[in-house]
Amino acid sequence: MQADASDDVFKALADPSRRRLLDRLHATDGQSLGDLCAGLTMTRQAVAKHLAILEAANLVVSKRKGREKLHFINPIPIHEIAERWISKFDQPRLSALSALKRSLEGENHD
Amino acid sequence: MTDADKSSFVYVTFVKTTPDRLWDALIDPDFVEQYWLGNRIEAEWKVGGSWKILFPDGRVADRGEIVAFEPGERLGIRWLNEWKPELNAEGYSICTMELEPVGEGVKLTVTHSIERADSKLIAAVSGGWPLILSNLKSLIETGSVFMARKA
Repeated sequence: MQADASDDVFKALADPSRRRLLDRLHATDGQSLGDLCAGLTMTRQAVAKHLAILEAANLVVSKRKGREKLHFINPIPIHEIAERWISKFDQPRLSALSALKRSLEGENHD
Repeated sequence: MTDADKSSFVYVTFVKTTPDRLWDALIDPDFVEQYWLGNRIEAEWKVGGSWKILFPDGRVADRGEIVAFEPGERLGIRWLNEWKPELNAEGYSICTMELEPVGEGVKLTVTHSIERADSKLIAAVSGGWPLILSNLKSLIETGSVFMARKA
């Protein structure tokens, strides 16, 4: 993922209203703007604006179905970020822990 | 309203490559094996041709038929799970992969859907695709995958 693309993802995720919309799509995928507005205190315009930011970050994908535009959650950018950061920072730590475990267990068995 | 009688997901990834190169990555069995967690594809690459995915031990994971074959643009598969009886019982699903040049790369859209509500098949495949697509992107852009086999 390019640096600016992951910037867009982090910025999009930084807003609680947008995370809430992602949670709603995670619960029920493929919703229209009207579906997503139901039960929210946000205005329709605010929801549309947040959806546009989520789409620009590729976290939401929309598909036309007849007269409606349905919104789908796209987990790929989050997955790419997880790989990028887990492999960079967590992996050495996990490797160190398993090396420690091996060495301790080895000593116990010797 | 959402489709009450349909389950689907739409996944999108952007890969820095050309449509031709990405297309080859989708249909070359040796390349597929590298990013599809060691599974192999066997297919007659034409509309109406047979298609299947084999686990590393040779068992058939999924099989079906090619329903769209437009090189560099669109691949459609009528997809039946052969691995788990409860997923097989749901019948055929449709998986479409669409390629579209965007800037210096290609937008790859994978849509997988089935004509039934709360599909277990769609739930199962939706968990696998993010890893496969990330592996594919990483393999094309950097020459290596994140995870070669399922842990």
